[in-house]
Amino acid sequence: MTNDQLKEKISEWVSGIEFPENKQYLEVLVPANSLKKLAELLHNTPETDFDYLISLSGVDYVSHLAVVYHLESTSHKHFLVMKVKTEDRENPNFDTVNEIWRTAEWYEREVFDMFGIKFNNHPDLRRLLMDDDWVGFPLRKDYKDEIKMIER
Amino acid sequence: MKEVIQDIIIRNSDDYIINMGPQHPSTHGVLRLELSLQGEKVKYVVPHIGYIHRGIEKMCERDTYQQIIHLTDRFDYLSAHMNNEAVCLNVENALEVEVPERVKYIRTILDELNRLASHQLWWCAFGMDLGALTTFFYGLRDREVILDIFEESFGSRLLHSFNTPGGLMHDIHPNFQKRTKEFIKYFRKKLPEYDQLLSNNVIFQMRTKGIGYMSKEVAISYGVTGPSGRASGFSCDVRKNHPYSAYDKVDFKEILDTTGDTFTRYKLRIAEMWESMNIIEQLIDNIPEGDYTAKMKPIIKLPVGEYYQRVETSRGEMGVFIISDGNKFPVRVKFRTPNFANLFVLNKIGSGNKIADIVAISGSLDLVIPDIDR
Repeated sequence: MTNDQLKEKISEWVSGIEFPENKQYLEVLVPANSLKKLAELLHNTPETDFDYLISLSGVDYVSHLAVVYHLESTSHKHFLVMKVKTEDRENPNFDTVNEIWRTAEWYEREVFDMFGIKFNNHPDLRRLLMDDDWVGFPLRKDYKDEIKMIER
Repeated sequence: MKEVIQDIIIRNSDDYIINMGPQHPSTHGVLRLELSLQGEKVKYVVPHIGYIHRGIEKMCERDTYQQIIHLTDRFDYLSAHMNNEAVCLNVENALEVEVPERVKYIRTILDELNRLASHQLWWCAFGMDLGALTTFFYGLRDREVILDIFEESFGSRLLHSFNTPGGLMHDIHPNFQKRTKEFIKYFRKKLPEYDQLLSNNVIFQMRTKGIGYMSKEVAISYGVTGPSGRASGFSCDVRKNHPYSAYDKVDFKEILDTTGDTFTRYKLRIAEMWESMNIIEQLIDNIPEGDYTAKMKPIIKLPVGEYYQRVETSRGEMGVFIISDGNKFPVRVKFRTPNFANLFVLNKIGSGNKIADIVAISGSLDLVIPDIDR
């Protein structure tokens, strides 16, 4: 499918979709409440068939927190950047996609560890890289580096 | 509707748990595997990672793009050159800089030399994990030749940071082509020894054949890339699917197999070594003359935007995701490292086997721990 066909298909499925400008790939901004629905449709529909989640990253844009999904279809070779954002910094949460792409389980744990974004219905949401008793979320822009671990 | 792959671990308080690691010799680094046992059978495996988490993604936010290169060496120290290249390509693509042909050729040759060195170390360590100590000396003997070539050209053996955005640090050593050709000639004679020594060993085959089966669906869903994914039939070679540097100019095949057990993953890496030598031979005599770097500004500022670049390291797909706000420091850098996804599949393919098989399976996934922890 070309990017235009993908655009058309995705706007048919879910309302409230935006297509931000991206020089490299087609990018989709999904409302948080339709994230799981769109993920399932992208994965299960034979024409789109996004079966390979390349990477899942958390991002702190200061004005909002976001999760970015890089998706590829191994059969059709098309590529999609799916993005979901929230302005809630106290209790950010999204639906998990780990049943759709199993690799997401650890990526989501990492995002929880680094950004404090919770994933609803995640089977094992613990800290992954930092200690279990670590306070704060290191990759957030407002993280206070009190023991001067990064800035000297 | 596709089949949903599930392997969620349910822990019970009366499980019999032993810890393998963090200092277990077969994990080649600080990785702790929590094994639940039933007799000698493993019920589930929970990997615990983060023992050498250095916060490289956070450090990148206070570094310039030239400085980030030096941090990427430290992920998968056996594919240092490919990791450097991932960041360089991303920066070059964002700035729309065209690097000289000479740089592309040299980068590709170094990628493949690095891949050979990495697979050699994997081969000798894998043999040692399974009790064949001789492999270690054979593998390191041949790897030493490549490291000597690296040392002569870049002044360092392991973490060379030879790539910079726009090209290379300096030109290659005048001896580089001659010595590389000598090495290929030498290694073409030595590689059949690897098969004689280990691949055809009956004990080795009994310990690896039919163990740790991974289907293609599992490989894709878990994002298992590199030789481990290709052994299950997942066509994931970035060099073939999304060519970069000079990979579109060489003729090579992506080695695929569908058996998906530990022995297949082993055989596939041996086959990749032959293919790497083919690629080097096609390029080594044709390195074009020219500059070793494109003209770059001393302070690199990426245009506002988000950039993603993928390369194939010796263990799988490496991705670099850079978000820039137009300053000389990036807002966010995310590294998609191959081993992170490759380790997560261990419970799926490892549970149900015996403890000793876990050593064989994790060895065949070719894990490098700093690449997981970042």
